[in-house]
Amino acid sequence: MSYEFLQVIWFILIAILWIGFFFLEGFDFGVGMLLPFLGKTDAEKRAIINTIGPHWDGNEVWLLVAGGATFAAFPHWYATLFSGFYPALFLLLVGLIIRGVGFEFRSKDKNIKWRSLWDWCIFTGSFLPALLLGVAFANMAKGIPIDGTMTYTGNLITLLNPYGLIGGLALVALFLLHGINFLNMKLSGEVLERSRRITPIIWLIAFVFLASLVIPTLLITDGYTQKGALIFVAPFAALAALLTAGYLNRAKREGWAFILTGLAVILVPVTYFHIMFPRVMVSSTNPDFSLTITNASSTAYTLNVMSIVALIFVPIVLAYQIWSYWVFRKRISVDSKGLHY
Amino acid sequence: MDPVLLSRWQFTTTTIYHFFFVPLTLGLGWFVAYMQTKYYRTGDEQYRKMTKFWGRLFLINFAMGVVTGIVQEFQFGMNWSEYSRFVGDIFGAPLAIEGLLAFFMESTFLGIWMFGEGKIPKKLHAASIWMVAIGSNLSAIFILLANAFMQRPVGYVINELSNRAELVDFFALLGNFKGWLFIWHTISSGFATASFFILGISAWHILRKKSEKFFKKSFEMAAIVGTVAVISVGLAGHQQGQEMRKFQPMKLAALEAMWVSEQPVSFSLLTIGDLTGRNEVWSLRLPYMMSFLACNNFSCGLQGVNDLEAQYEAEYGPGSYIPLMVITYWSFRLMVGAGLVMLLIGFYGLYLKWKNWPEKWTRWLKWIPLGIGLPLLANSTGWILTESGRQPWIVQGLLKVEDASSPNVSGGMVLFSLLGFLLLYGALMAADIYLLSKFARVDPETEDIEAENMIPSISGSGK
Repeated sequence: MSYEFLQVIWFILIAILWIGFFFLEGFDFGVGMLLPFLGKTDAEKRAIINTIGPHWDGNEVWLLVAGGATFAAFPHWYATLFSGFYPALFLLLVGLIIRGVGFEFRSKDKNIKWRSLWDWCIFTGSFLPALLLGVAFANMAKGIPIDGTMTYTGNLITLLNPYGLIGGLALVALFLLHGINFLNMKLSGEVLERSRRITPIIWLIAFVFLASLVIPTLLITDGYTQKGALIFVAPFAALAALLTAGYLNRAKREGWAFILTGLAVILVPVTYFHIMFPRVMVSSTNPDFSLTITNASSTAYTLNVMSIVALIFVPIVLAYQIWSYWVFRKRISVDSKGLHY
Repeated sequence: MDPVLLSRWQFTTTTIYHFFFVPLTLGLGWFVAYMQTKYYRTGDEQYRKMTKFWGRLFLINFAMGVVTGIVQEFQFGMNWSEYSRFVGDIFGAPLAIEGLLAFFMESTFLGIWMFGEGKIPKKLHAASIWMVAIGSNLSAIFILLANAFMQRPVGYVINELSNRAELVDFFALLGNFKGWLFIWHTISSGFATASFFILGISAWHILRKKSEKFFKKSFEMAAIVGTVAVISVGLAGHQQGQEMRKFQPMKLAALEAMWVSEQPVSFSLLTIGDLTGRNEVWSLRLPYMMSFLACNNFSCGLQGVNDLEAQYEAEYGPGSYIPLMVITYWSFRLMVGAGLVMLLIGFYGLYLKWKNWPEKWTRWLKWIPLGIGLPLLANSTGWILTESGRQPWIVQGLLKVEDASSPNVSGGMVLFSLLGFLLLYGALMAADIYLLSKFARVDPETEDIEAENMIPSISGSGK
């Protein structure tokens, strides 16, 4: 396979890893954010956690593998991104740490304060990474100050521009909706009714935020000049998917509503990657300073090796992850005897 | 504030902290998998309780290892972007493979193991904990192969044009001899760490006459595995000494604080230097011992730090190529010392089993819980030796640490994140120790419903 082809393939593969991460961890971030508000009793809270209990860790690995694949295939992308977004990534790490530990530690003591502490850690650890990833992706598409040595020259405040913040909040809102749709499929009893009741409100918030992300995305980024009218497809498909999801929610078609929300969620990174391609980090300082799949990439040899590895192992991973969702396909009842703590 | 120095501190602290949990995960997973399989095979209730008791501690520890591990993968890019650019073509591959092969496997199957009981056939349920154990050990293999490249670069060329190291032989990278010595050493340490964890907790219970049968069984199992593991760790370390002589002679000289070349070489039990640290004032030595450690005979010679420094200056230009000797010297002695004490404890445990727990020997049991800390000490000092002995290099002979850090990450930013990690890690350590000691003290025979409810139950009889 030619070098150029491999570089395109790896750009697509990394995009797919991010898309997978947004789809999967998207709903468990949403569930984490809803946890302190939706569950009234401890058993309800436990039931909410248990909807994602067997899955959240595996979902999070998509992020780690996206990072690792970026390191392997485009080391300069990895280096510029991770050193450039240093403070944001530090906060993201803090979030992921307290969240992961929270899931495991929460139930290990009966004390109400102990449990509530970890509930809020799970909340914070779901909200913060969702927000920061949204901010990071919006900025990557918009372009950030990068100099001729592939070094980011801005700071955290540079990233917290209005467009970046809308990108962050929109992702939080979408994940909330994705999460509650997941809960509507998995819960039962009173807590399910409560969850269904607030779904339309969250849907409205998500729709407003997504709409207010789509418009500046088309105006501020250079998507249109780069890709022409084709750039409208993904964002408007996202809006359409969300509208359909709203309708399906009303029709109580919860499985389909979840899939359509998921579609809206993944069309966000699809849009960003579409705008960026073939660049991987867009420089706002000088277009010539942008990192691309050509100047950021590993050698053809390494890309070849990694392609073979991916070809063998990605199908295996997908198979057992899908199987794990199949194993836990049933609804969870709020009955403290039947709950795994 | 020097960002390089602060980044080094951050890497040191977060990595050592991470590695408190990892070896226990590596080893304890095998134990739990074995116990559960044994239960399914024999239907012996004791093994079910053992799976539950040790499995719960395994889970608490596992969570800490996972979350602190994410930091590791991010840090290369965050603090060491120039390093990432220089070796990304090589170093990124094992990291990505680690994620794809190992992280997915351990986390997905852990979820299935925790929640899947009764939902999947029993054999599959037992198989899932085996997958967790295999996955976590696979992860160790790939990260150690990545680290081995930093100690002994193989399978690469330097591309002058792109100014980086590039992979030309993937199988040389996977077959790096240094890496496989690391793997042998580390996986054995995992078994040792888990064994001493089990020994310590079991001894505590046996002394209090709680669930004696349960804990004697656990203790005996751990004594056998632990003794074998400690011997295996030592043998691997011995091989590493010989490898070091050929490829990292400076590290070897520095761990011995040996300034002047000698033949044959004695081993220093205690050396006191003068205030400059460059001259020996007084030293207690074992003759020929260092020759044995480094070459497997009693006669070979070793180059001292002074000669090596002169050689390196000729090869790489002026500068200091000497690691911080007080660290290499003492970390080596602490590691080996801890290992020797562990070996004694292992023999003691075997003796108890062999003589069927004679009364007059069991009073020594009260010291065994302290032994839980010994592998942690040896694991940490081992890594401190390995990594600090490579200084000033980040990749031996190719790239120096001072040239590897992120140019746009300021000292203030690193200080902020370093303090943040210290604070967070301190709080988590308190929570972790609280939980581990709480559940380590539970009596498995009389465990109440409340505690039952808080863990993934390994329930059901052999029906």
